[in-house]
Order: sequence, then structure tokens, then C-alpha cells
Amino acid sequence: MPTFVYMTRCDGCGHCVDICPSDIMHIDPIYRRAYNIEPNMCWECYSCVKACPQNAIDVRGYADFAPLGHSVRVVRDEQKGTIAWRIKFRNGTEKNFLSPITTKPWGTAIPKLADVPGPSKEMRDGELLYNEPKYIRMDEGGLRTLETAGLKLRTGVYY
Amino acid sequence: MAYETIIEDGIDVLVVGAGLGGTGAAWEARFWGKDKKIVIAEKANIDRSGAVAQGLYAINCYMGTRWGENNPEDHVRYARIDLMGMVREDLLFDMARHVDSAVHQFEEWGLPIMKDPKTGRYLREGRWQIMIHGESYKPIVAEAAKKSADKVFNRICVTHLLMDESRENRIAGAVGFNVRTGNYHVFKSKTVICGAGGASNIFKPRSVGEGSGRTWYAPWSSGSAYGLMINAGAKMTQMENRIVLARFKDGYGPVGAYFLHLKTYTQNCLGEEYESKWFPELQKMVGKEYLDPEASHLTHRPIPTCLRNHALISEVNAGRGPIHMITMRAFQDPHLEEVGWENFLGMTVGQAVLWAATDVDPKNENPELTTSEPYVMGSHATGSGAWCSGPEDLSPPEYFWGYNRMTTIEGLFGAGDAVGGTPHAFSSGSFTEGRLAAKAACKYIDDGKAEGIVVSDEQIRRRKEEIYKPMEHYRVYRNEIVAGDVNPHYINPKQGLDRLQKLMDEYCGGVTVNYMTNEKLLHIGLKKLRILEEDLGSLAAKDTHELLRAWELMHRHRAAECVTHHTLFRKETRWPGYYYRGDAMKVDDENWHVLTVSRRDPKSGEYTMEKAPCYHLVSEEK
Repeated sequence: MPTFVYMTRCDGCGHCVDICPSDIMHIDPIYRRAYNIEPNMCWECYSCVKACPQNAIDVRGYADFAPLGHSVRVVRDEQKGTIAWRIKFRNGTEKNFLSPITTKPWGTAIPKLADVPGPSKEMRDGELLYNEPKYIRMDEGGLRTLETAGLKLRTGVYY
Repeated sequence: MAYETIIEDGIDVLVVGAGLGGTGAAWEARFWGKDKKIVIAEKANIDRSGAVAQGLYAINCYMGTRWGENNPEDHVRYARIDLMGMVREDLLFDMARHVDSAVHQFEEWGLPIMKDPKTGRYLREGRWQIMIHGESYKPIVAEAAKKSADKVFNRICVTHLLMDESRENRIAGAVGFNVRTGNYHVFKSKTVICGAGGASNIFKPRSVGEGSGRTWYAPWSSGSAYGLMINAGAKMTQMENRIVLARFKDGYGPVGAYFLHLKTYTQNCLGEEYESKWFPELQKMVGKEYLDPEASHLTHRPIPTCLRNHALISEVNAGRGPIHMITMRAFQDPHLEEVGWENFLGMTVGQAVLWAATDVDPKNENPELTTSEPYVMGSHATGSGAWCSGPEDLSPPEYFWGYNRMTTIEGLFGAGDAVGGTPHAFSSGSFTEGRLAAKAACKYIDDGKAEGIVVSDEQIRRRKEEIYKPMEHYRVYRNEIVAGDVNPHYINPKQGLDRLQKLMDEYCGGVTVNYMTNEKLLHIGLKKLRILEEDLGSLAAKDTHELLRAWELMHRHRAAECVTHHTLFRKETRWPGYYYRGDAMKVDDENWHVLTVSRRDPKSGEYTMEKAPCYHLVSEEK
């Protein structure tokens, strides 16, 4: 089944249950550990794998078309702002990749819009959004309109 | 089943479904509604929900006007030809003129956008696409939404929209249940922004076992945008315009970066280029206006996605499959090899898993491509969704009724897959549509349009009964049988989904019939959909998880029904390669250069179909 959980590593914390977009990571009522209740609704999105503090969750490719003997492992680190992947082929070949996931300390760079000055009446009645027009071109340019684009509304085609 | 009823009252802006569209809406709403109550209801956890849950390796909609790369009208031309003319140009232009401001903010929030070392500009994958390290794209935009929202309700499956009882056709909120606790949740709200998803899994997938989870669009995209809005009586547009994707076989890994950045290309089993030889015949079907390889070569006008699919499908049917992506050359460059792999790891890990399992190293072997089962959505190379108002300064009278991105139901707005006629919005465009809808929703409230909304206890009680009926049905009948799932009184959600997929596949142009249908088949399909709807009244759910699947199925069924009506209505083959009407195998611009609009009467269940004019705001050539 796409994701599965190693019995000896899982401590039943439920992080995977909390994050799974498909609602398929559940806690087994007898063993008190997580498992995938519906593999055919698993996208192999790795959200649970990345969220597991024990590295207890892994993926075995879909039985319909993926032979056994492979692994794709991941470590996502919000502090370091990186994600590291290790791919192991069935024939033993290994590939490693490391990518950034953010350029800023986590959650610090997003403004709270409740605290910024509110829009003027002009802005309300016009077509601009928050931070516009500045953020459209990062200069003094304005919002594109039919007029500035040199366009005219033509008759609707109604064959 | 003594589930509690939890009422959240006095909401101004309710966001239903917080993917890229919904997070954009929640975030922006705070700016225009400083003192307004903004609430999110999401069936999963907004940190990893929607189509971008596992990340993205590219932002496919970025103009780059700051560097003079493209203007909004260029984007309209591109999306229009790709969709064979059938788009809402006002909505496209509007999205395109705002989209860069969203992307620039993403960068400020910490989303790593790759740069071209020579120019310092964003690294282009293609004319519209920029490359990102987007593993955490969704958690980042979710953080923004959380900063603006008063409350986020995760794990609420919204099943119905609430309607005002003092005034016909006005929204009053939404109801649903908590997938964990089972409790019944009522959201009374002045406006609703529907950011729910398009539909995977309404057509039978190529992989029918465990592998059916590896859909191209997320398996949790249950067509709820359509199910919710159609059931409330909103008008829909272009629902026949389902999409078929040419992708790496089985894993459905994306090909955009491969074609555009890595410069890989396709060949048939004999090692020949095959696309161009199908074009002369195809040109007779669609006309030179839509397929002109010479003009495309000269002006870089794209060949529509569906027509390229048509060539691939035809070549395979002619016995010269499989179609290979020629990767061996590009992958000799270690940098390009890294891009090729990271592209999957960033947005379709399953494809990397598959290649590892099958020892496919694209450096040594050219992988296979295939065409997927059809999907119904509104933000990729297709534009299904609700019929929405455009902005005041761009839209002709037929496209404008007061508030940008408002559906034909007062106070109900859309974003992302929910809005029809706006293909090629992708992640950034969907987020932008959410922002536009949020501004308009606040204006709607400030204009006093949401005064005096009445929701009776009776409406709330009636919906509650309806929601839990599958669990009640299960409780009543399960002990009639010894064990197992075979019961003469009910079907479970999986059995119902199998039935829906099989009939849509066979009667509405799925993969096993080579995307072919006709009037007779569609009529049979509609009849079977009606009978299936009766049986959905006998759905059985043994727990709240199955109840979630039950409601996803009901939304999928409604979306599928609407798709079938639209497919029947448009009597032509507008998008060969997406689907074929065997009884009308040509593009018919005389009669069908129009947008299709439907409405389902919530009381009778009857559909009315109409043609809406196609306005071209933007001229052909620059």
C-alpha cells in the first residue's frame, strides 16, 4: 500500500492523522499506532511522511505498477529550511537531492493585514488589491486596463 | 447518533475550501474587511490541503510585466487559442493583470523562486512558467490565511450551502460535519467564497487497484466546488470541457519542465516524430483558425494542448506506441538531470517512486508517456466552473452583475476551480482570484446587500437529517447480513464510486472508449446517472470517514451529471484529444462559437441549457 507505518517506530502521536489531506492515516484501535486505512485514496503526497517525528512512515509504490525493492526517503527541516531526498532504485542505484523550502525564518515574513493601514475609498471603488499597484511591477506603473492596453470591447460573438 | 450541533454565527466572509483560491481569499479579505468576521471551513488541514498539498516546482502563471516579458492581453491570447477560443476574456485579463502582485508577495513571504544568474530575473521554464523550490508553497500560503482569519475549522466536510429564506437566490452560509468528531457544523454567513476543488475520479482511472490513488489531480479533489454550487442553483459554464493529460505513464509525473526547460521531445516506437503528420487531417476537423502549424512556427503561437493529445492518441491507435519522451540526451547534463528529478520530488513524488521501483533512469532509458483519464476542473488547461460576474471596467453587460467573481447566486463567490471560463490560472492565478473575490465580497456587504438574512431552524434540521442519513441507513440494515459489504438494501461509497466511474467512462467519453461519445450514449448515461442518484439515497456509511466518502461521491455525481448535460448540449467536437462527439466530429464555429451555460433547478432537478456570447476583448495579432 502506498504509505505504511513501521510498527516498532510509531508511537501513536497522531501527527500523520492530523495532516493527511485524504483522511486515510488513522490510529489502529488495538495496536494504538497509525496505519493507512485506504491505500487506493493515497496520492503518495508524502505529507504524513514529512510530518512524522519518528520517521516511522514510508512508501511502497502502488502494487498496480510498481515492483518491490525501492525506497524514496525524505527529511524536511523547517529550522534549516531544507528538504533532503534519498532515492534507492530496485537495482541498488542511489540518488540524493537537497532543496531549500523557504528563504526566511519560518512564519516571520508574512504581514498581519489587520495591522496595516486600511484602503482609501478610491481604492475600494477601484480595481486595485492590497499592495497594488506597487507590487504588480515593483515600480510606479499602474494597473492594466483596456485603455492602457489599447483594447476596445468588441461585440460578443453569438453564432 | 447524538452528534452535537455547533453553530458559528455572525460570519461576514466564509471561505469553503482553502486551497490556493481559498487561502488567497481569506488573506485578502482582512484588508478590505478590517472588522469583519472571516472564517475558513476546510475538509482536511489547510497546511496540506488542495491540489498543492505536496508542493509545486513551478508557478505556471506569471506575466513578468516588470521586465517587459508579457502583458495581460498576451496571456488572454495564449489561453484562448489553447482552449480553442472558449474562454471568458474579461476574467482572464483581470486575473492576469493582478497575478504578478501575488507572486511578488510569495517571494517576500519566503517562497524560494529560482533566478536566472545572468539577468537576475525569475528563471523561466517557459513563456508563462517560472521555477520555484515549492515544497512548502502550501504551508506558506496557509500561514498567510491563518494571519487573516478569525477562525480556521479544519476537518469540516462542507456538504451544502445554506440559502436565505427572506429573499430568493441569496446565500446564507454553509453546513457540514466534522470528520473526526462527527459533530454537525452550521456556518451562518453573509457571503460565501467557494474555494473547493474540481473533480478527479469521476471517470474510471487507468489504474483500478491500489494505483487508482495516483490520479493526476488529487484524489481528494471531489468536485465539491461543483456539487455545492450546482445544488444551490448556481449557473455553470463549460462543464463539457473536461481535460485529458499527456503525462509520464502510470505515475502521471508532469511534463512541463521536461518539454520547456530540459528540451526533451517525443517519438513513437520507431523513433519517429509523429505529431506533425496528424495535423493535415486534424486541420480539416478543426479549421485553420485553430490549427496552423506554419503560423505557429512563425509566431510561436502554441498548438492547443488538446490537439497535441489528439496526435498522441491517434499514433498509439495506429499501432506505433508506446510514445517515448526522449530524455537520454538532456539527462547527460548533471544540472538538467537534477532539475528532472527535483521536478518530481517537488510535486509528484509518486513518479520518482515508480522510476526507482522499475529502475528507469532517464539518463539511460527514454520513459513512456500516456494520456490520462479525463478530469473536470477549471484552473489548468481547461475552464469548467460557475458562471461568474467579471470586473466593472472590463466586462460587457452579459458578463457583469455587480460584483467581481460573484456567481448567479447573490453573495456566493468563486475562486480557482470554482470559476468557469478562466483556464491557465494555476496556483498563482487561483490565489489571485481568491483575492479578487474577497474584495468583492466585502464590498457586497458594505453596500448593504446582505441585510436581513433569515435561516430557519427547519432548514438547519433538514440538512442535518440529510447529512447523517448514510450512517442511519447502515445502522438499520447492517445486521441483516452475516458480514462483508454485499447487502440488498445499500451500497457503500466505494461501490457507488465504481459505478459512477464505469458509466462515465463508457457513456461520456472515458479512456476505455478512446474518449468517444455521442448523443445516444449520453442519453443512456443520463438515465444511468438518474438511477444512480436514486441509489445514492441508499448509501451506507459505517463511520464518519465513510460519511466523508459518501458526500464526496454525492458531489462527484452531481458534477458528472452536469458534465454529461453539457456534453450533450454542445453538438460538436470542440476539443479533439479531450473528447470526441462521434455524431459531430468537427469544430462547428457557425453554431457553437459560444459559451455553454446550464442551471439545475434545485427543486425539480431539471437542467436548462443556454448559449452565452463569446466576447473577444483582445485582437488576434499584436
